[in-house]
Amino acid sequence: MKFTVNGKPVEVEAGENTPLLYVLRNDLGLVGTRFGCGSGQCGACFVMVDGRPMASCDLPVSFAMNKSVTTVEGLSGKVQKALLAEQAAQCGYCMSGIIISAEFLLQKNPHPSESEVRSALDKNLCRCGSHNRVVRAVMRASREQA
Amino acid sequence: MNRHGIGQPVRRVEDQRFLTGKARYVDDIQLPHMLHGAVVMSPHAHARIKGIDATQALAMAGVHLVLTGEDARKEGLGGIPPLFMPEDMGGPKGYRTFRPLLEPAKARYVGDRIAFVVADTPELARLAAEKVEIDYEPLPAVVQVADAAKEGAPKVWDDNPAGNLAFPLMMGNKDATDAAFAKAKHTVAVRLYNNRITANTMEPRCCIGDFANDAYTLYTSSQNPHGVRGILSGAVFKMPDKNLRVISPDVGGGFGMKGDIYPEDGLVLWASRKLGRPVKWVATRTESLLGDNHGRDQLISAEMALDENGKILALKAQALHAVGAYVTNAGVVPVLCALRNIPNVYVVPAMLVMSKATFTHTTPLGPYRGAGRPEASYVIERLMDEAAKKTGIDPVELRRRNFIPPSAMPYDTTANWTVGKPVGWTYDSGEFAKLTDRALEISDWKGFEKRKKQSEEKNRLRGRSLIYYLEDSGVFNERMELRFDPSGTVTVVAGTHNHGQGHATTYAQMVSDWLGVPFENIRLVQGDTDAVSFGRGTYASRSTMLGGSALKGAADAIVEKAKHMAGHLLETAVTDIEFEEGKFKVKGTDKAIAMTDVAKAFYRPVGPTTRFGTGLDASGSSAVPPSFPNGCHICELEVDPETGVVEIDRYTVVDDVGRVINPMICHGQIEGALAQGIGQALMENVAFDAESGQMLSASFMDYAMPRAADLPAHYEMDFIDVPAKTNPLGVKGVGEAGCVGAPPVVMNALLDALKIDHLDMPATPHRVWQAMQKAKA
Repeated sequence: MKFTVNGKPVEVEAGENTPLLYVLRNDLGLVGTRFGCGSGQCGACFVMVDGRPMASCDLPVSFAMNKSVTTVEGLSGKVQKALLAEQAAQCGYCMSGIIISAEFLLQKNPHPSESEVRSALDKNLCRCGSHNRVVRAVMRASREQA
Repeated sequence: MNRHGIGQPVRRVEDQRFLTGKARYVDDIQLPHMLHGAVVMSPHAHARIKGIDATQALAMAGVHLVLTGEDARKEGLGGIPPLFMPEDMGGPKGYRTFRPLLEPAKARYVGDRIAFVVADTPELARLAAEKVEIDYEPLPAVVQVADAAKEGAPKVWDDNPAGNLAFPLMMGNKDATDAAFAKAKHTVAVRLYNNRITANTMEPRCCIGDFANDAYTLYTSSQNPHGVRGILSGAVFKMPDKNLRVISPDVGGGFGMKGDIYPEDGLVLWASRKLGRPVKWVATRTESLLGDNHGRDQLISAEMALDENGKILALKAQALHAVGAYVTNAGVVPVLCALRNIPNVYVVPAMLVMSKATFTHTTPLGPYRGAGRPEASYVIERLMDEAAKKTGIDPVELRRRNFIPPSAMPYDTTANWTVGKPVGWTYDSGEFAKLTDRALEISDWKGFEKRKKQSEEKNRLRGRSLIYYLEDSGVFNERMELRFDPSGTVTVVAGTHNHGQGHATTYAQMVSDWLGVPFENIRLVQGDTDAVSFGRGTYASRSTMLGGSALKGAADAIVEKAKHMAGHLLETAVTDIEFEEGKFKVKGTDKAIAMTDVAKAFYRPVGPTTRFGTGLDASGSSAVPPSFPNGCHICELEVDPETGVVEIDRYTVVDDVGRVINPMICHGQIEGALAQGIGQALMENVAFDAESGQMLSASFMDYAMPRAADLPAHYEMDFIDVPAKTNPLGVKGVGEAGCVGAPPVVMNALLDALKIDHLDMPATPHRVWQAMQKAKA
């Protein structure tokens, strides 16, 4: 199966129903994408597939065939810098998925309102309770990308 | 001034890894030839295991092993005991459980571990687990704590002579309490259920066992690697500590839940020994919800007696506190803290509180962020608001009249107790009225009526509450090490275990201040029993207090050792040397040498410096008593009467966490715990079917946790430092404080908005709406 990950073409041998998450983590060694629930309810495993955030834990790898996948390892943008500046991370486990959601939001809507940011992050659970700092970071990233 | 020293909002040094996908949690570790395990959990809350047939599972290609409780018994593997029971502290006798890695004869809750299957892949292991045929004889189960305590209830432990009583606890003074109630002008009573909730760390528990050369290595997502080693080597495998190395790398959230030792920690080691290959296990989310220790689940009836001036005369309470199917590692802690913290910040002249820790056919309970303190603050702060209504005294004024004044410190809460005295507290410091004043000021308390009118205009009910909380933080002793490297950089070897608290940063701030070593030249090593000689891990808001105090001891010892070398290098007697701001100076001169340069001298291979020893390192210990973080919470919320939806509009917290080492990190800890406390009050609930014991909230679709849009957009926060007198740093705990204060303030504000006297948590829209309908009727 062929697809692109973080701009590079890859070829993997995997059952077509294998979740993309496991292919990324186990076959490609991209462990920055996390397993949280296995049913797309927490956002820890979010990656972008052709520019759209998707839960990779219950997405068959065949869906990604001939498409372009972006993981946290492929990003080094304003969102990460802003998260650092706002000191949003605690245990760090949910951050990869949050970064994907926030990147997508800012691509689609470069200057969101605070409530738009909150609702865009609705799919991402964070148990350390960093929500408000994450929201502030996304607002900061939005200001700084201008 | 050191820009990276104590008190500075230094950015966390660990963040870059976390934000670029480079953190390394247990599941990121891939060992060669690794196999994968899956646990067979009991689908029954209570059932006799009549037989296990693993033939079909073992016949599947790629399946290597099926382990059962009978195997564990035959091989002499021991059970996991609680770390302590009340009787070990001079309290009453209880029923001590020894939880086997796998249950051989009886399942005691839905999620009890019955068999362990090992296969080539995780997928195959799970498929094979479904093929393990277990012949269960279902038995009647008891799920709710109130039912379990009844005469004739199905028993969780057949040979427990006390029915489902795990242990009783009682403290206070019966005669004084009875006398006070007899003469009281006012009495108020509440009956509260503190809902069962769960940590639900984003990283599910995960472990890898690796057996080679007669020694085991366990990689596990734990807050307490040495604690895991101690129990597994001592109680389960019955072998010397040297045969087991425990590594706990980055951990994706713990909140107390990962302070325990779980059956899977032993299972992966045992399976690895049998197969000669590493074995990994990762929990699914449902397995996490079923199998991780839960928190709270306490039913309590409490009464308060007051005089005509609103002064508290006495308190009494009777609680049933669930422990689930087993008494977990620190399972006693929540039950104990839920009682002994009831006096809170008030002068309570007489008190009699008791609790029955009760077995139920449910997931075991243990410390979860707060561990008993949230239960205690909920009881006393609900009573205070009821007392305010009953006496007609303003709730803030009523609290003020009862605050323990700073002049009364140190204050012994157990002064009149005849029972349970050894487990009570002596508070060292606290300025409760001062913090209350500050909270009133920054919350714009006086502007409430105006805001209430505005709410009414848009058909919203507005309510508010002010509460005060106090908790104990820190437990046990601790050990820390400091090691200089030959180049003069420093390694902090910590007995504590950071899993989101920013220790790499706070410890470096302290050491940088104390030794004058640049902040960026200090690193943290933790979480590996081979690298850290001993430690107790991180829980009970203990690390800065106990780890920090031990670290101070290590730093002082380093200075003492290095002084001699400094004397030699400065060509003077050691008695003429003084240490100031990172430099050894010759008294009365401008001759000086930096600590780093002195440290480097310890690593010269030849020459006169070698007589001072090779290398510069030292350890420090601390066994300081607890500290008492405290603070004032104010909450204003709105209720939509059409839907029952509650929206927190304003939330103010003024905390005294002693001396603040890093305000940015402390704010983050407070804010994080607030999210969990608000979650408990408004959303979270582990629900069981009361008959079958099946969990009804076993996924993220069913167990509601706060998301970004569910929390207040902004918290008004401040710290007033009242340094602790119980430790050399003056620090108090910070990790749990937020969720001790949040449940009572949110619920009191909600009851104020609805003008009703009672509503149990979580106050979901459905429950709020029902309560409003009931009030109308």
